[in-house]
Amino acid sequence: MAARAMWKGVIGLGEEKIPVKLYSAIEDTNVHFRLLHEKDEVPVKQELINSQTEEVVPFERARRAFITDEGDMVIFEPEELDELEPEASRDIEVLGFLPPEEIDHRWYLRPYYLGPDGSEEAYFALIQAMETSGLEGLVRWTMRNKQYVGALRLHDGYPMLVTLRYDAQVVPIESLEAPAGPDLDEKELAMAGQLIGMLAADFEPEQYHDEYRQRVMEMVETKAKGGKVKTRKRRKEARYEDLSGALRASLEKERIRA
Amino acid sequence: MPKVKERKSESGFGNLRPFWSGTIAFGLVSLPVGLFVANRGKSVSLRMVDQDGTPLSRKYFCPAEEKPLTSDEIVRGYEIEKDEFVVVTDEELEALAPEKSQEIDLRRFVPLADIDPVYFERAYFLAPAKGASKAYRLLARAMEDAGRAGIATFVMRGKEYLVAIIAERGILRAETLRFADELRTPDDIGLPTIEETDAKRVKSLTKQMAKLATDRLDRSQLVDWESRRLLELVDRKLKTGEDVVSAPEELAPEEEGEEVVDLMQILKESLQEVTPDAREAAAAGRKRAGRERSAGKGRGSSRAGRADSDQPGEGRVDSRRPAVGGTDSRRRRERYAGLGEKSKAELYEQAKELDIAGRSNMSKEQLIEAISEPR
Repeated sequence: MAARAMWKGVIGLGEEKIPVKLYSAIEDTNVHFRLLHEKDEVPVKQELINSQTEEVVPFERARRAFITDEGDMVIFEPEELDELEPEASRDIEVLGFLPPEEIDHRWYLRPYYLGPDGSEEAYFALIQAMETSGLEGLVRWTMRNKQYVGALRLHDGYPMLVTLRYDAQVVPIESLEAPAGPDLDEKELAMAGQLIGMLAADFEPEQYHDEYRQRVMEMVETKAKGGKVKTRKRRKEARYEDLSGALRASLEKERIRA
Repeated sequence: MPKVKERKSESGFGNLRPFWSGTIAFGLVSLPVGLFVANRGKSVSLRMVDQDGTPLSRKYFCPAEEKPLTSDEIVRGYEIEKDEFVVVTDEELEALAPEKSQEIDLRRFVPLADIDPVYFERAYFLAPAKGASKAYRLLARAMEDAGRAGIATFVMRGKEYLVAIIAERGILRAETLRFADELRTPDDIGLPTIEETDAKRVKSLTKQMAKLATDRLDRSQLVDWESRRLLELVDRKLKTGEDVVSAPEELAPEEEGEEVVDLMQILKESLQEVTPDAREAAAAGRKRAGRERSAGKGRGSSRAGRADSDQPGEGRVDSRRPAVGGTDSRRRRERYAGLGEKSKAELYEQAKELDIAGRSNMSKEQLIEAISEPR
């Protein structure tokens, strides 16, 4: 079943134009609940309330305000905020091409697949050129009244746009200090290294499943059929206070398991 | 100025509240940690007011009875058929939380380079709880030396996460990863089978790419223009005095009960074993600091710079009742480890994921309410 595109744009590279469609690469798998009025099980709705008079204020009479450090309030008319919105455009502007590790995943927000919009030829040419160059693009575009900066990369051989966070939103690790203390015990460090070695594995994402979500859905189904829901107790495992002893015992346990 | 309440905490993070606290299990070694969000929120936030500048809040109404509701009158329901709901209680949801709700058990260590960057969702810094500094340093060092990340699943606030624990520069980070079934494949989308194409065209594109090639990411290209333009407008209006309401006494710059906290300060403080003196100084610094200035115009939002966001669990199963305004419900919220625990920026990010209209102008209360809104 083919997915629905959420946006169409055109990547411009010099004279070349590549028309593309954007598809969300994320499947929403969350369990969504609704809020109900307990008495009649009717879904609730929201109203805006004047905090002083308790009156309901219709949405069209509400305004947005910015509050300064001094507590002064600057009120905006809706059209003033509309004017600030970026101009609509179909252009996906390329700012540069970078070595693939240069855009660290800490900037990554949301991935979107790109599919062809009409011309498959241009689309295939883009894929092959990206494969040849091995570089990752930094691009900018405006979608639904918002400006985005994104990384243009190949995923499973297909072009993908990943929206990026703003510069000020990522706390640089360099600005933090690691916990400090006396030198670590070489023996303990060696044991910890050994334990990591024993637990070494490849990353296989398909091994992991959201079991909790399944439990929530099973519970909903049980209740829908009028069944009773059991509660479970959490087990507590004994842990060691002493680091060396804990490491030794862990290695012992792993050897038996292996 | 609202008083910053000193919270008695048993977690050993002083009066700072981690986003989540639990234990990292490494074999039989247990390392109690707190998670602190590694992202900041947007630098500018707006608030809903009426035309005279009176703050507005969101309230729940029952459309059938046309009356406002308190949080005690609201329950969670799962829609099994149109307008037919199964009511699910907090207790029932909490009982589902497996052992994993308190512990991140590292059973696998994978090469860091193995993890495709597209899996990464959100990052948190880990700080050791009181007395756990040695185990923390040992694990961080051993993992960094091995070049491996620990992988586990755990349950945080009513949602299960796949997580990679990564050591870098002596600091541990938890990065939530998407489950494989959350990530669509090109096949799912229905993308066409790739075919050979006109070599001339490929060559021309490759040439264009080479022209645009640079070695380094210029971070100035990751600027939040939207916030910048907004702050420019604020400055223009302040100069002319147009649409400006001066601060009334009762409206403090911060929302009641909300601390202005500098994320950096939090992290610095909690990554150290803090002495009481240092903590007092830091707390004083927190009251002073904590403002992100995005446009360098010297006007940050008074509520900016709080830990953001990037908050897990859009639409997650939240094992508490929604809060509906008022301080009572705030207290109730704090009893549950739910939305009320989150910073405004975290809530904003969640609202963004849920695409809640008007989110950029909501107060913390409004965000909480809007997020718990039925959709």
